[in-house]
Amino acid sequence: MAQTALRRPVESGVPDNKQFLHPKFIKNYGNWKCHDRPRPGVLHHTSHTGDEVWSVRAGTQRQMDVFTIRKLCDIADKYAEGFVRFTIRSNIEFMVSTAKQVDPLIAELEKNGFPVGGTGNSISMIAHTQGWLHCDIPGTDASGVVKSLMDDLIDDFRAEEMPNRVHLSTSCCEINCGGQADLAIIVQHTKPPKINHEMVANVCERPAVVARCPVAAIRPAMVNGKPSLEIDESKCMCCGACYPPCPPMQINDPEHSKLAIWVGGKNSNARGKPTFMKMVASGLPNNPPRWVEVGVVVKNILNVYKKDGKPWERISDWIERIGWPQFFEKTGLPFTKYLIDDWRGSRASLNQSAHIRF
Amino acid sequence: MAKKQHDTPNLDQLESGPWPSFVTGIKRLAKQSDMAVDLMGQLETSYATKKGFWKGGTVGVFGYGGGIIPRFTELKNDKGEAVFPDAAEFHTLRVQPPAGMHYNTDVLRKMSDIWEKHGSGLIAFHGQSGDIMFQGATTANVQPAFDELNELGFDLGGAGPAVRTSMSCVGAARCENSCYDEANAHRTVLNNFLDDMHRPSLPYKFKFKFSGCPNDCMNSIQRADMAVIGTWRDNIRTDEKMAKQWMAKHGMDELVNDVIARCPTKTIQLKQIKNVKKGKDISSVAVNDTHALEIDNKDCVRCMHCINVMSGALATGTDKGASILVGGKRTLKIGDLFGTVVIPFMKLETEEDMDKLVDLGQRTIDFFAENALEHERTGEMIERIGLVNFLEAMEIEIDASMVANPRTNPYVRTDGWDDEVAKIKAKKQAGMGA
Repeated sequence: MAQTALRRPVESGVPDNKQFLHPKFIKNYGNWKCHDRPRPGVLHHTSHTGDEVWSVRAGTQRQMDVFTIRKLCDIADKYAEGFVRFTIRSNIEFMVSTAKQVDPLIAELEKNGFPVGGTGNSISMIAHTQGWLHCDIPGTDASGVVKSLMDDLIDDFRAEEMPNRVHLSTSCCEINCGGQADLAIIVQHTKPPKINHEMVANVCERPAVVARCPVAAIRPAMVNGKPSLEIDESKCMCCGACYPPCPPMQINDPEHSKLAIWVGGKNSNARGKPTFMKMVASGLPNNPPRWVEVGVVVKNILNVYKKDGKPWERISDWIERIGWPQFFEKTGLPFTKYLIDDWRGSRASLNQSAHIRF
Repeated sequence: MAKKQHDTPNLDQLESGPWPSFVTGIKRLAKQSDMAVDLMGQLETSYATKKGFWKGGTVGVFGYGGGIIPRFTELKNDKGEAVFPDAAEFHTLRVQPPAGMHYNTDVLRKMSDIWEKHGSGLIAFHGQSGDIMFQGATTANVQPAFDELNELGFDLGGAGPAVRTSMSCVGAARCENSCYDEANAHRTVLNNFLDDMHRPSLPYKFKFKFSGCPNDCMNSIQRADMAVIGTWRDNIRTDEKMAKQWMAKHGMDELVNDVIARCPTKTIQLKQIKNVKKGKDISSVAVNDTHALEIDNKDCVRCMHCINVMSGALATGTDKGASILVGGKRTLKIGDLFGTVVIPFMKLETEEDMDKLVDLGQRTIDFFAENALEHERTGEMIERIGLVNFLEAMEIEIDASMVANPRTNPYVRTDGWDDEVAKIKAKKQAGMGA
């Protein structure tokens, strides 16, 4: 068979976004003055020249079939002006030049099953990962967890009734690709990896795997006459770091890979400095297709925060005011010994003061 | 017309409920695509067994070493045949988005057509690194799919130990808080590192992210090895008409409790108009006939809170630029790290300014390539060697803005102290003479 010449890539990199910008964005580039939100899901920006643009934000499933994308394009062409953008949380935004286009656009989006919201002090779409759909090391699914949770949280996506914005993320392993969020759901393994010693020598670069372990619990060993690896199970904290470089060290377990809930992450510098999230619950079952037990804990925390948080308090600000004892009391979550940090630098997370709320 | 769909009782339960369903979407594809039919089969198996069934491998396009995420099924029968053969190869093309993730419908339709022709028809806008993820192609179809996307003006992103795809916020295109041209910086920087993106050869991944202001909508501080976060050096701007409008709508309680009391350095104060301080570092604006806000900008940390609450009445200054933070990353191996300040402020207006940013990126990546251990991120490397060693190698002058506080232990050898003091004094004098 004749070999056809392979096409050399055009190493074009990041495309110029000017070709995709709404004309008002080009005209007022770098010259915007302020914005307001006439209703949830709508941003209204005004420029120094007096130009105005309305952006209508809607939720998507992120993993979209081409029919969904074409439907969104049809809506953008007919009810908006053919320009859209996506947010970091996979919401889609449609830009229009007049206020009167907003309501028909919203009606069409809602009619086609795209909820309008996710702005201001709402619960936005969940930043998430690939999970069983496409990841090679997932402890759970991503899209399904998100679909289940957003079905439950959609009223607070459509409304702006939370104390401040709420960003959520999910991650299907402890690498936490979902990232820091006000509330995050992350796989937490509870048993050391199960090693397939037949495979290790063929599949894994053993020194690299040894080096990957954060607690130096892995060492080379001969098992059944074959070079393999063994784990000091008294040291292993089940993080799964060895699994990606060495798939025969299976960390995922249908029963023992659990889900943990973390709260209080914030990337913004607004008010306090950015904060990492903290683990507040674990041991929740990995229970597809709707992860009901996780949903109960998440909704409970968000409901308590919604009721108790003051305006502009993110979850981290709220907990800073009320303190951790009250957080656990108000949410009814058990404060177990596993929530006291013992990793490097952990002393900074202890209460080094006599500041105690009674 | 595709083959018959598998029974998927678990996934079917994700079709009900008000949020858009990815399952319904894949089922629509499964009417025409055998690959989508078998994808549902494998995913349903994962739901039933709580196990993942993909493994990686080596798939690429001609001329590049990365950018494709290969996936081969591990679900095999006794004879070693794929249980779901039409999804036995299900690779993803990571494609770099335009800055700010702006699109028009024309380009989205063209992407959809290409992916319907060569792939499963499933596209994610966007992955956590910012890529458009074209999910589900056979090994044979990866090249033609890429060729067409590349002809459309798009390029593959990063994967593996490489410079990774970047993200920037909506920025100057629509946001009043934009402190530099995020899209230009994003495009200029990344397009200078395409070789390190397309041909992975670093110790581990290296990510840039671009946020136009300290609200950091791109979450750059915790996700980027080099975070470019917009900020300004001069005074907060004010608009009296809008301040009074805000006050009329929200009232004194909200002004005091939601704006003034939430200032992290207490530098914003409410004063009787006659008592407002004057001076080059003071911003002030009347909120009614008797009272005004007074901000001493010397004590302002540019947190954005008051500007967020009173959009238009208060605004960023005009002497704008960016702070550069280095070393942010996610959990493995040593735990989560935020980026920390290495350049408190740099202008990003001219081409020369952009060149300086590219140069800083280049020198950081070069140092990372030479000094990081295998699978060690930039932040972990700095943690291991100490910030000062990194700064000295980068020839960056130290600055008290780089620390939350000076050291709290005496475990340091300080016999070079007098020399350092002399150098600082000499620099100060040279600066005064200039």
